[in-house]
Amino acid sequence: MTYSSRLRNSLPRGARYGLGAAALAAAAAILSPSSPAVAQAWEPTKPVQFIIPAGTGGGADQMARFIQGVVAKNSLMKQPIITVNKGGGAGAEGFLEVKKSSGDPHNIIITLSNLFTTPYATGVPFSWKDLTPVAMLALDQFVLWVPADTPYKAAKDYIDAVKAADDKSFKMGGTGSKQEDQIITVALEKLTAPKKFTYVPYGGGGTVATQLVGKHVNSSVNNPIEAVSQWKAGALKPLCIFDAKRSVYTNKVTATMAWSDIPTCKESGVDTQYQMLRGIFMSPDVKPEHVAFYVDLFKKTMATDDWKQFMEQGAFNQTFMTGPDFAKWVADADKLHYDLMKAAGFLAAGK
Amino acid sequence: MEEINSLIGGFKVALSWYNVALMMVGILLGVIIGVLPGLGGANGVAILLPLTFTMPPTSAIIMLSCIYWGALFGGAITSILFNIPGEPWSVATTFDGHPMAQRGKADEALTAAFTSSFVGALFAVILITFLAPLIAKFALQFGPAEFFSVFFLTFASFVGMGRGSPFKVLASMCLGFALASVGLDKMTGTLRMTFGYDQLLVGFDFLIAVIGLFGIGEILSSMESGLKFSGSTAKIRLNAVLQTWKQLLKYWVTSIRSCVVGCWMGITPGGATPASFMSYGLAKRFSKRGDNFGKGEIEGVVAPETAAHAAGTSALLPMLTLGIPGSPTAAVLLGGLMIWGLQPGPMLFIEQKDFVWGLIASMYLGNIAGLLVVLTCVPLFAAILRVPFSIIAPIILVICAVGAYTVHNSMFDVWMMLVFGVVGYTFQKLGYPLPPLVLAIVLGDKAEEGFRQAMLGSQGSLTIFWSNWLVGSIMTLGMILLFWPAITWLLDWRRTARSRPIAAAAGADVADRKR
Repeated sequence: MTYSSRLRNSLPRGARYGLGAAALAAAAAILSPSSPAVAQAWEPTKPVQFIIPAGTGGGADQMARFIQGVVAKNSLMKQPIITVNKGGGAGAEGFLEVKKSSGDPHNIIITLSNLFTTPYATGVPFSWKDLTPVAMLALDQFVLWVPADTPYKAAKDYIDAVKAADDKSFKMGGTGSKQEDQIITVALEKLTAPKKFTYVPYGGGGTVATQLVGKHVNSSVNNPIEAVSQWKAGALKPLCIFDAKRSVYTNKVTATMAWSDIPTCKESGVDTQYQMLRGIFMSPDVKPEHVAFYVDLFKKTMATDDWKQFMEQGAFNQTFMTGPDFAKWVADADKLHYDLMKAAGFLAAGK
Repeated sequence: MEEINSLIGGFKVALSWYNVALMMVGILLGVIIGVLPGLGGANGVAILLPLTFTMPPTSAIIMLSCIYWGALFGGAITSILFNIPGEPWSVATTFDGHPMAQRGKADEALTAAFTSSFVGALFAVILITFLAPLIAKFALQFGPAEFFSVFFLTFASFVGMGRGSPFKVLASMCLGFALASVGLDKMTGTLRMTFGYDQLLVGFDFLIAVIGLFGIGEILSSMESGLKFSGSTAKIRLNAVLQTWKQLLKYWVTSIRSCVVGCWMGITPGGATPASFMSYGLAKRFSKRGDNFGKGEIEGVVAPETAAHAAGTSALLPMLTLGIPGSPTAAVLLGGLMIWGLQPGPMLFIEQKDFVWGLIASMYLGNIAGLLVVLTCVPLFAAILRVPFSIIAPIILVICAVGAYTVHNSMFDVWMMLVFGVVGYTFQKLGYPLPPLVLAIVLGDKAEEGFRQAMLGSQGSLTIFWSNWLVGSIMTLGMILLFWPAITWLLDWRRTARSRPIAAAAGADVADRKR
C-alpha cells in the first residue's frame, strides 16, 4: 500500500472531506491577492540593506550596528536589517550604490559629513540631492581631546601653546583627509595663526584616539563615542566641546566629570562650532509610503531605552527632523560645507 | 595567580552545555566559511551577527569567535588541495602546501597545517591570559613610523624569496604596488588612477587578486597540462596524523619563531596575512632546508600557519583592550560588542570580567574543539582530490566567482578576478613569481600610509625611523634582512677569492680526469 492510500484509509469519510475542504480554503487564501478593503501600509518585503559609508569601528558604524541590534531585539520590523560597510573612496562607494539603486526601497544609508565633503573633495559625481532624505537621528558632537597627563587645563592653554611653538610642530590626528576633522583643524588654525597644525589623517576614529593615547599626535577632535572609553580609563582628557551650548548629560562619566562639565569651546576662548549630521537617506525615486515606513521605524527605535542609553554614552545632541524641514537643513549644511571647504582649499578641480 | 583564578572563572562560564553547543556550531560554520574563497571570516561573522542578538553576550561572542577560529583553520584546506587560498592569510600556505599535495602528501600537509595552527593559537591565548595589560601598553607605542617599520620588515624578510632572477621579483612587487595605489589616497583625499570609473574607487581588493591569481590561474594551467589535478593518486592513510606529528616535533624552533612573529604582528596590529608571509620568509632564510622551500617542504607549511593563527588570535587583544580591531573580523566583533552594550577599551577587563574571561576560556576550548574537528576530517578532505578535474574545476570556478562577488557585492570584481586569473597564468608561464605581487597588493597601501603619516609628523625628515629604540631596532633588522643576500654573496665571494687558486687547480684535475 502506498503512503497516501494508507492515509486515506486511516481517516473516517467525514474527516477526509473536512481535510480536503480546509486544504482548498488554505490554498485559496494564499493564492488570492490581499483584499483591498484592508489598507496595508508598505513594509519591506526582503531584508533591508543598511549601508555604512565608512569603515568599521567609527561613529557611523557603531550607530548603524546599534540600530540594527535595537530593531532586532525589539522586533520592530519583520525583515532583518543587514549592515554593510562601503567606506571606499571616503564613502563614495556607499553613496554611489544607493544612488544607483533608484526606486529600490530596501536600501538605506546612514550619513556622516562625507555626504557633503566627499563630492566636493574628490569630484565623484553625486550629491545629497541624489538621495531621498528620511530623518535626522542626532547631531554628533566634536570634542578637543589631549592626553591626560599634558599640562593644559583649558582649550585656551593648548591654543597658546601651539602659537608659541614652531610652525607645524603640533600634530592633530583626524579621520580621513579633507573631511570634517580636517575642516575643524583649519578652523582652529584661524585662531593659532600664523602657526599651523600638521594634520595627520588616519583610517578611523578609534585609531585616532589610540594614537593620541600613545602620544603619536598631540590632539584630536574625536566624536565623544570614539574616545569615551579612553577618557574613562584616564588616558585622555577633553578640553572643550565644539557646540553652542554645553552637553545636556549630567551623569558622571569619569569619577569627577560628566559630559556637561566640559566647557564649550566658545567659553574657553576658542570660538569654533561644528556638529555632524547622523541622518538616514534612501535611494532616489522612492514612494512617500516607503519613506513613511522608515520614519516610523526610527521613531520607534528612538523611543526605546536602549537608544536613550546609547545617546547618553555618546553624548549625542538629540534631535529628530524629517520631511521638508530636514531637507532644508541638509541644503543649508551643504552650502556651509561648500564654503568651509572652499576657504580651506579642499575643493577638487572644477567644483 | 590572579589570572589563573580569573581563567578558571571563565571556564565555568564557558563550559555550559549551551555554550559548548554554540562552540561546535561556530567552528563548523567557520570552517565552511574559511574554505570558501572570498567568503572571509569577516563576512561570515557579519552575516551571522544578527542571529546572536537573542543570546546573552558571552554566548554570542563565544560562537562568533569560534566562527573566527573555524575560518582560520578552514583557509588552509583549499590552499593545500587546490592552490586556492580560502583566506588571504593562507596564501603563504599554498607555497609548500600545494606542492606537497601534488606529490600525494595532502594528508601530511593538512595535518601539519592544522596542528601548527593549533600551536600558534594556543601560544597567543596563553600570552593574552597572562600578559594582556602589558601587551596593551606595548601596542600603544606603535605610531605611524613603527607601523611602517613593521611592514618594511615584512617586505625585507620576503625579498630574495623568488626562485630565479631578483629583478623579476622586483618587477612583480612593483606591479603589486602600482595596483595597490589605485583608488582613494587617504593622505590627500584624491583619487588615483581610477580613470573616472566608479568601480575603481575602492581600488583592487587583494582578495579578488588572490582568488584570481592563484585560483583561476591554477585552473588555467591545469587545463593546459591535461585536465588533471596531480595528487589524485593520494593515499588516504588514517595514521597519517600520528606520523606527521612525529615529523613536526623536529621543527620546534620554527614553531616558536613563528609564534613570536605571529603574536607580534597580531598585536601591533599588522594582521595575520603579513605575519604568515614574514614567517615563511624567515623560515626559508634560516632553515637548513631553505632551498627546498616551494617544492613541498613541510616546514614551509608549519611556519606560515603557526604565525597566521597566532596573529589572528592575538589580534583580539588590541580589540578588547584598546578598541582597535587588528583584522576585519575583529572589527565586526567590535561592532557586536557595541550592540551588547560593552564598550571595548581599557575598562572592559575591569568592568566586565565575566565576559572577558569567558571569552578567553572559550578561546582555549574552541581551539581544541576546532583541532579535533578538522583532524578527524583530514582523510575526507584529502579524498576530495580524487574527484575528477572535469567535475571539480567548474565547481571551484563557481565558488570563486561567488566569493569574488561577495567581497563588494559587485560583478566588476568577478570580471577582475578573471583578468587576474589570466595574469596569474601569464606570470607562471613567464617565470615571474606571484608571492611578491600578492604581498605588495596586501601591504602596499598600509605601508604607504604609515610612511606618509610618519613623514607628515617629522616634516619630511627620514630620521624619524630611527627616533626611538623600538622603530630603530625594527628598521635595522629590516635592513639586515634586506641586504642579507648581498652580504652572504660578499662573504662567499671573499671565501672563494682566497681559495680560488686551489679550487682552480682541483677543478682542472677533475676536468682532466673526466676527459
